[in-house]
Amino acid sequence: MANMTLTKTPMPEQDPKVRARNFEEVALGYTAEMAMEEAGRCLNCKNPKCVEGCPVNVRIPEFISKVAEGDFKAAYEIITSTNALPALSGRVCPQESQCECKCIRGIKGEPVAIGRLERFVADWYRENVNAMPEKAPSNGVKVAVVGSGPAGLTCASDLAKRGYQVSVFEALHTAGGVLVYGIPEFRLPKAIVANEVKKLEAQGVEVMTNMVIGRVLSIDELFEMGYKAVFVGSGAGLPMFMHIPGEALKGVYSANEYLTRTNLMKAYTEEADTPIMKSKAVAVVGGGNVAMDGARCAMRLGADKVYIVYRRGEAEMPARKEEQHHAKEEGIEFMTLCNPTEILGDENGWVSGMKCIRMELGEPDASGRRRPVEIPGSEFVLDVDTVIMALGTSPNPLIRSTTPGLETNRKGCLLVNEDEMTTREGVFAGGDAVTGAATVILAMGAGKKAAAAIDAYLSK
Amino acid sequence: MYKIVRKKELNDAVTLMEIEAPFVAKKARAGQFIIFRVDEQGERVPLTIAGYDREKGTVSIIFQKVGFSTRALGELNEGDFIQDFVGPLGKPTETEGVKRVCVVGGGVGCAIALPSAVAFKEAGCEVDVIVGFRNKDIVILEDEFKAASDNLYLMTDDGSYGEHGFVTVKLQQLLEAGKQYDEVLAIGPIPMMKFVCKTTEPFGVKTMVSLNPIMVDGTGMCGGCRVTVGGETKFACVDGPEFDGHKVDYDELMKRNSVYRDREAEVAEKHTCRMEAMGKALIK
Repeated sequence: MANMTLTKTPMPEQDPKVRARNFEEVALGYTAEMAMEEAGRCLNCKNPKCVEGCPVNVRIPEFISKVAEGDFKAAYEIITSTNALPALSGRVCPQESQCECKCIRGIKGEPVAIGRLERFVADWYRENVNAMPEKAPSNGVKVAVVGSGPAGLTCASDLAKRGYQVSVFEALHTAGGVLVYGIPEFRLPKAIVANEVKKLEAQGVEVMTNMVIGRVLSIDELFEMGYKAVFVGSGAGLPMFMHIPGEALKGVYSANEYLTRTNLMKAYTEEADTPIMKSKAVAVVGGGNVAMDGARCAMRLGADKVYIVYRRGEAEMPARKEEQHHAKEEGIEFMTLCNPTEILGDENGWVSGMKCIRMELGEPDASGRRRPVEIPGSEFVLDVDTVIMALGTSPNPLIRSTTPGLETNRKGCLLVNEDEMTTREGVFAGGDAVTGAATVILAMGAGKKAAAAIDAYLSK
Repeated sequence: MYKIVRKKELNDAVTLMEIEAPFVAKKARAGQFIIFRVDEQGERVPLTIAGYDREKGTVSIIFQKVGFSTRALGELNEGDFIQDFVGPLGKPTETEGVKRVCVVGGGVGCAIALPSAVAFKEAGCEVDVIVGFRNKDIVILEDEFKAASDNLYLMTDDGSYGEHGFVTVKLQQLLEAGKQYDEVLAIGPIPMMKFVCKTTEPFGVKTMVSLNPIMVDGTGMCGGCRVTVGGETKFACVDGPEFDGHKVDYDELMKRNSVYRDREAEVAEKHTCRMEAMGKALIK
C-alpha cells in the first residue's frame, strides 16, 4: 500500500540564520528511513510521465521502487544506467519543471520528491560503496571532449562506456566547469564533483587541465593528433553588462567573477590567496539562479544587506522557486519591478550607491513575459558598496574564431543539427555553448545525446 | 606541475624564470600572456610572455616581485615546481602590414616589449626601440634589445645611464625630426603608455599598448579584465591584451587596478607570518 501522504517527506536543512554565514551545504539530505518513506509515495505508474520529463530519461519509478525496498545499490545502478552524475542532478536539477511536474501525485498534493531521492541514492552509494566504475574494453578510437562541465563530463563518460579513448581538455586548473567555478559549495560540495571526475578517470578518461582549446590547440590540431571526433562543451562565455554609467567602478563585479573568486578560488577561506571585496551592502542585478547564487555568496561573505534587484515581478523570475525561497529565508531582500539606471561612485572610484527606477509590467514582449516599463519620476538611490551584475553571458569567442567552418547564430552560439553535430564534420557540441546560459541537466542531456551521435558517426 | 628550469635575477626586484611547459612553448607568440598559480592556495596571476624556446619546450617570464604571488614565485628556485602554468592566452602582437615600428618599453615592461621587438624584426620591419628605466641599477636586457633593433635609445630618469629623460622625450624628438613610423607599440606602466599616446597623437601615428588589468580566469569567462576602449567594453583576455592606445580609458584602468591594494598589504603580512611559521617549524 502506497504512502498516501499529500506532502513530500521534508528534507532536513541547516537553519537559515546559521547557514547564511557559512559555506556548508544547505540541504542535509534524507536518512535511509526518510528515503524509504518518501519512496513509498510513488505509485509506480505503468506509463510514467516523470521519465518523459527527464532530459536524460532516468527510469524513475524503477529506481524508486528499489529505494522503497531498501535496495539502494540496485537503485543506484538503475539511475546510473542513464544518468552519469546523479549526485549533481539530484541537487541542482529544476525537478519542479521536469520530472516532478509530471508526477501524478502532484495533481492532488505534492509530487514525489524525485530529486531528493536521487540525491539520497547517489550520496548513499558514494558514502557506502563508491566503487570506481570498470574500464570498458577499448576500441582504440580517440575522441576529444572540450570542457569538463556537465555536458563534457556526461559525454566523456558515455563515450568511455562505449570503449572510446577519451581525452577531456579543461581550460581552468580544476575540472568541473560551472560545477566548480559557478555553483557554490553550499549547493553542490566540490568534493562531490571531484569524486565524479575521479570516476571518469577510472573509466580510462584522460582529464587534462590548463588546456585552453582555441589557443594552446585548435580543433583542427586535435584532428591532426588523431582524434576522430570532437565534442565542444565549452560552456557560457563572457558576462553581459547593462551599459549604464558606473559599471567600471571598483566594487562592480560580474556574477561570473564574483562566483569564480568565491567558489573556484575559495576566496571565502582564510588560506586562499585570491581576494574578494569585504562588502557591507550588495545589490545583485538579475533574477536567475546565478543571481541567487551571487546574493547568497555575498551574504555568506559577511554583507549586512543583500538585495536582489530585478526589473520584472517575482512571478517572472527565472530562478528556481526553491532558490528564491532559500535566498529569502537567509535574509536577502527582493527588490522586484526595479531597474538600475546608474552606479554612483565616490572620489576614489569606489561604488557608493546605485540609482534605480521603479517599473511596472506592460504588454507581453517577444518572450511572452510582460514587458517592464519605467514609472517616470520614481528614481531612488539604493545604498550599496558592491554591485554584482547577473545578466547572463554571451558565448566565448575562442573556439569559433579559431575553427574555420564552424557556424554560429547571431548571438555567437554554435549551430548544431538534430544529432548535435556542428557545421564542421566530426565536430559536435552541446550545453551552454549551443543554447546560451541554461541548466546543468540540459547540458548533461546534450552531452549524452552527442555521445550517442558520435558513436553512430564513428561506427559508420 | 610545471618545473622551473632556470632562474636569473635581472636586478634587485626583477627575476627571469624559464618554465617547462611544452604545450605553451609550442604556440606562444610575442604579445601573448600566461597565467600561473604558485600552489594549491595560489591566485591566478597573468604575466606577459617574455620569451619561449619551442625546441626545449620552455617559456620565459620576467616579473617584478611587487605583489604577494610574484614574491612567492620569486622565492622558488631552479628545479622547483609551480602548480599551474596555462597559455598562451590573448592575441599576439600584430606585425602584418607594419614596415617601420618604434617599440617603447618602460621598466619591467621592457621584458614584454622585447619579444614584440624581435617579432617585428623577424617579420622584416625596421625597428627602433626606446627603453626607459629609473636609473642605471635597474637596466635590463640591453644586449637583447641591441640585437633586436636597428636603433636602440636607452633612457634613464636620472641620467645615470644612456640619455637623460623619459621615453616620451626621445619619442617626441624622433617624431619631430621627421621619423616616420607605421606604428608605435608601448609597453610599461599605465602612465607611461598614456603619455606615449599623448606624444604620438598630434603626429597621427597609430599606437598600440599592452594592458594588464586584474584578471581571474583569463579565458573569457569572468569579465574582471574589462577595459573601456573607444567607449566600448572590451575584455583584455580575449580581445587584447593589445589595444589602440589612443582610445583606451587609462584613468579608469588605473583605478580598477587598485581594487585590492589594501588587501595585498594584508595578504603580504599573512604571507610573512606563514613564512615565519614555516621557518619556526623547520627549526623545531
